[in-house]
Amino acid sequence: MARIAGVTLPREKRVEIGLTYVYGIGRSTSNRILSAVGVSPDTYVKDLTEDEEIRLRGFIEDNVVVEGDLRRERGQNIKRLMEIGCYRGIRHRRGLPVRGQRTKTNARVRKGHKPTVGVKKKAK
Amino acid sequence: MARSSKKAPFVEEKLMARIERMNETGDKRMLKTWSRASTIYPEMVGHTIAVHDGRKHVPIYVTESMVGHKLGEFALTRTYRGHGGGKEKRSRR
Repeated sequence: MARIAGVTLPREKRVEIGLTYVYGIGRSTSNRILSAVGVSPDTYVKDLTEDEEIRLRGFIEDNVVVEGDLRRERGQNIKRLMEIGCYRGIRHRRGLPVRGQRTKTNARVRKGHKPTVGVKKKAK
Repeated sequence: MARSSKKAPFVEEKLMARIERMNETGDKRMLKTWSRASTIYPEMVGHTIAVHDGRKHVPIYVTESMVGHKLGEFALTRTYRGHGGGKEKRSRR
């Protein structure tokens, strides 16, 4: 059982993909880690040797910000923006898009579900 | 494309000169400026700068965590008070 940063990796997948189950590791980070540690991305998670696992875990601990730490860092960055009262912070506070997207339509990810407005047609 | 780092972040020269003069004499008067595009430098920390929002100058007290942002980010140019609201009239600030 390969546990890395508190996440259990799926056994039936290649490590390249398995590592992406950790928050903060995507495909490219995953490949970078694997080449740095010297593990083939094509080995399955279940076939990882004890030693490889330990090396992977060690490398990630020392070099990659993942999971809780990463979430905290992101949260703090946003909090900082909100506290200094700059434009981006205000957009975060209001729950509106931060990077200048249009809000006349769309922007549903930030604004949440669309409230239904409008008159229903009369049934004939 | 990002600005060349050789040139260092943009500040209006006049504004910087005024800040530096104030730092030397140590007084803290409010500075009015129209230069929203100027980057906040560490030298400006502790000053109150009134940044133009298109209508009036909005006083901004510069703190350490604002360094690196632009002055204009802190003086909003739009007034939006929400839609609707029925009979309650909204007044301009």
